[in-house]
Amino acid sequence: MDRHRRRVGVALAGLVPMGFLGVFFAWPVASILARGLLVDGALDLGGFAEVFDSDRTWRIIGQTLAQSVAGTTLAVLLGVPGAYVLYRCRFPGRAVVRALVTVPFVLPTVVVGVAFRSLLVDGGALAFLDADGTFAAVVAALVFFNYAVVVRTVGAMWAHLDPRAEQAARALGASPARAFREVTLPALTPAIASAASLVFLFCATAFGTVLVLGGPAYGTVETEIWIQTTQFLDLRTAAVLSTVQLAVVTLSLTVSAWSRRRRETALRVQSDAETARPLRRADLPAVLVTAAVVLALLMAPLASLLAGSLRTPDGWGLHNFANLATSGQRSTAEPGLGVGLEVSVWQAALNSLRIAVDATWIAMVVGVLVCVLVTRRPHRPGARRALSVFDAVFMLPLGVSAVTVGFGFLITLDRPPLDLRSSVVLVPIAQAVVAVPLVIRTLLPVLRSIDERLREAAAVLGAGPARVFTAVDLPVLGRSLGLAVGFAFAVSLGEFGATSFLARPDRPTLPVVIFRLIGRPGADNLGMALAASVVLAAMTTLVIGLAERFRVHSAGAEV
Amino acid sequence: MTGHDGATGSGLELREVAVTFGATTAVDDVSLCIEPAEVVALLGPSGCGKSTLLRAVAGLEPTDRGTVRWAGTDLRGVPVHRRGFGLLFQDGQLFPHRDVAGNVEFGLRMAGVKRAGRQARVGELLELVGLSGRGGRRVASLSGGEQQRVALARSLAPRPRLLLLDEPLSALDRGLRERLATDLREILRRTSTTALYVTHDHDEAFTIADRVGVMDHGRLLQIAPAEQLWRRPADEQVAQFLGYDWFVPASALGAARPRGAGPDDVLGLRPESLVVDADGPIIGLVVDRHRTRGGTGLLVHIDGIGTVGARAPGTAVPGPAARVRLRLEPAVTAVLPPA
Repeated sequence: MDRHRRRVGVALAGLVPMGFLGVFFAWPVASILARGLLVDGALDLGGFAEVFDSDRTWRIIGQTLAQSVAGTTLAVLLGVPGAYVLYRCRFPGRAVVRALVTVPFVLPTVVVGVAFRSLLVDGGALAFLDADGTFAAVVAALVFFNYAVVVRTVGAMWAHLDPRAEQAARALGASPARAFREVTLPALTPAIASAASLVFLFCATAFGTVLVLGGPAYGTVETEIWIQTTQFLDLRTAAVLSTVQLAVVTLSLTVSAWSRRRRETALRVQSDAETARPLRRADLPAVLVTAAVVLALLMAPLASLLAGSLRTPDGWGLHNFANLATSGQRSTAEPGLGVGLEVSVWQAALNSLRIAVDATWIAMVVGVLVCVLVTRRPHRPGARRALSVFDAVFMLPLGVSAVTVGFGFLITLDRPPLDLRSSVVLVPIAQAVVAVPLVIRTLLPVLRSIDERLREAAAVLGAGPARVFTAVDLPVLGRSLGLAVGFAFAVSLGEFGATSFLARPDRPTLPVVIFRLIGRPGADNLGMALAASVVLAAMTTLVIGLAERFRVHSAGAEV
Repeated sequence: MTGHDGATGSGLELREVAVTFGATTAVDDVSLCIEPAEVVALLGPSGCGKSTLLRAVAGLEPTDRGTVRWAGTDLRGVPVHRRGFGLLFQDGQLFPHRDVAGNVEFGLRMAGVKRAGRQARVGELLELVGLSGRGGRRVASLSGGEQQRVALARSLAPRPRLLLLDEPLSALDRGLRERLATDLREILRRTSTTALYVTHDHDEAFTIADRVGVMDHGRLLQIAPAEQLWRRPADEQVAQFLGYDWFVPASALGAARPRGAGPDDVLGLRPESLVVDADGPIIGLVVDRHRTRGGTGLLVHIDGIGTVGARAPGTAVPGPAARVRLRLEPAVTAVLPPA
C-alpha cells in the first residue's frame, strides 16, 4: 500500500517534467525535423539537396564555423592566462576583477551587440577601425561574452591543483615553462576542453549579438534560420538549417559531456588547500595580457555603451533615459518606418519582468523535479536505466538553439490541439525551456554531492521519503535554489532568440524593443536603444549579483 | 508467537537471506539469530558481503531470497524508516547543517517526541558518549572520534530495537580505535542494546561481541562465541582468516600435541604458537630469522611437519642453521576437526 502510493508519487513527479519537455521541446523540434525531411509523409531529402546547392548556404555554414573556431581559440588563448592571474595569484582587488570578468557573460546578447556597435559606429571611440558589421567585430563580441567561461572553468580547477606535482617536475630539472607544459597543462586539459566545447557551442548558436553586429552581409546558421522564417517565409529552408544546427549542437554537447566527465574525475584528486600566492616578476606577461583584455575588450564596450546612453544632441544628460517613457521617435521623412513601438520602453521592461517571473517559476518547478528524480537510486536495474535516459534527455535543450525553440513553437503551437500563438503564456514557456538546463546544471551537482548514506541515516532514524527530502536534500539545496532562481530570471530577462519569434507586437520584451530601436533611423532611437541596454544590463547584473550571494563555494562550480 | 521452526520469537532472525547485484551474489543464503541484548560481530575481508547483509537487515538493500524477522514478524515490505533499527556508518554521516544536539535529536523528532523529552534524552546521550555540554557545537568543528561519538548518540537516541554498526571505527587511527572500541562495548552493555557489528578488524570484533561470525564470498562460514571461534575454528578457511598460517596434523607432534586435540585433528599455528625453549619437546632447524616487536621471529623446519614460524624470546637468538628446541603454546594454537 505504502509502496504503491510512493510509486504513484514518483510517476507523477516524472510525468510533469516529461510532459513539459515533450510538448514544449520534443514536439516542436521533431516538427522542424519533419518539415525538413518529410514531404507528404515520405522521407524526401530534396529540401537538403536544394538548400545545400546554394552558395549562400555554404557561405553561411562557413561563416558559422569560422566565427566559432576563431571565437573559441581566442577565448581559450586569452582565458588561460586570465585563469592563472585570477585564480592562482593573490593581489589586492582580485575579487573585484573576478566579478568584472563575469559581468559580460551574464549580459543579454542584444546588449553585447549594442555595446560593441556603440564603440564601432560613427562617433564611437573605435570608429576609425571601420569594423562595424565585420567578422572581426563579431568575433571580438563573442570573445567578450565567453572570456568568463574559460576563466572561471579553468580557474576553478587550477585553484585546486596540487602545486606539488609541478614542484616535483621542477626538482627533477624542468624549467618553469617545461614544467607548465608537461605537468600543469595536461592536468588542466579536461577543464580547458570542457570550457572550449562550451564556448564553441555558445559561439555557434550566438544569435542576438550576430544579428545586431553582423550587418546585412554577415550571417550564421542561427541568424539565417531567423531571416528565412521571418523575412523570406521559407520554412522548409529554415527547417533544413535547423537540422544542420541540431547536428552541430549535438556534436559539441557530446564533446562537452565527455570532457566534463573527465574533469569531474580529475577534480577528485585535488587538494582543498589555498594554492594562490602573491604575484611575482615572472607573472608579468600573464598579468599584462589579462589587464589588456579586461580594459580593452571587456570594459571599453561597456564604458562606450554607458557614455553613448548619456550623450544627447546638445551635450551630456539623461535625455535618452527620459525618452524611455515614450514609444520612440517618429520619422517624418520615412512615414513607413516611423511607426512607434506601440508601447513605451518602460512598459516593455515591465513586460520583461512579468514574463521573467513566470518563466522562472516554470523552469524551477520542472528543474527541481528533474533533479530530485535523477538523483534517486532505485534498486531495480530497469528503473535505474530509465533514470539515466531521463537525465540525458533533459540536458538536450541546453544545446538546442533558442531560435530553433522559437521557430518550433511557431510551427507547432499555432493550431489545434494546442493553439497558444495568441496566448500570453507562450513566451514564458519558451524562455523556461531555455532556462531549465541551466537550473538543472546548477542544482544537480549539489544534489549529487550529497552522500546517499546521509539520506539513509535519516531514513533509518525514522524519516519517510518526504521527510528525508525536507531534512537532508532541501537544507543542502537551499542556497543553490537561490542561485538557480537568479540564473533562470536573468536568462529570461535577456532571452532574445526564442522571444523574437514569439513576442506579440503589442507586448514586446526589453531585448525585442532594443532590437527594434537600433533598426530604426534617428539619433533619438539609437540613444534610446543605448539607454534601454543600460537599463537591461543593470537589471541582469543586479539579479545575478543577488544570486551570486547564494553561490556555494565549490570546486565544481562553473560560470 | 509464530513458532517457526527454531524461531525464538524474540530478537533478530535471518533465514537463508540472499542479496544479488546482477550476476554477483553479495550475500549467499545467510542464516543467523541474535538474542535480545546480545552483540554479534560479523568479521570478514572487504567485499565479503558483510556490509550488504547489514544494509539488507536495515531495509536499505532488497533481499532476493530468505526472510528477515524481528520478534517473529517478517519485515518484508516494511520500509527503512518503520523498522525501528539504528544504523551507524563508518564515517558518521552527520547532518552537516545541524549542530550536535540537532543531530542527536533527529530520530526523536521523527518519532514525535516533545521538545522537553528530546532535550532530556539528548543530554542523557551526550553524557553517555562523553560529550556533555557540546550540544551547541557545529559538527564540522568536531574531531573524527567526536563525530563518531555523536553518530553513536544519534543512533541510540530513539532507543532502536536493534543497532547496526557498519565498521564504525575503521576511519579512526589505531589508538583512538582501541579506546573507542572499549567505550563502545561498555555503552552497548550498559544500555542492553541488541547489536549487529560489522568489521574487518579481529581485535575490534573480539573486544565488542558476545559472538563472532566469519564471512567470506557472501557466505557465513562459522558463528560462535569469541573464545570458541578463536580456539576451535570450523575449518582452515576460517582459521586462515583469523591469522593461523600453518596447518599440521596433530599426530605429527606426538606427545607434544595439546590436550583436547584428538590424533586425527589438525592444529592451526600462528607465529606465536611455537616458542624456543631449552626444555621444549619439539626439535627444529632454523631456516631464517627476523626482528619483531619484543623478540625474534624464526622460520624453522621440523621433520614430519615442514617449515613453520616460531618465536624466540629476546635473550636467546639462534642463528640460521642452528638446531633449536621448541614448545607449543596451547593458548594461541587452534584445534580443527579432521579435514
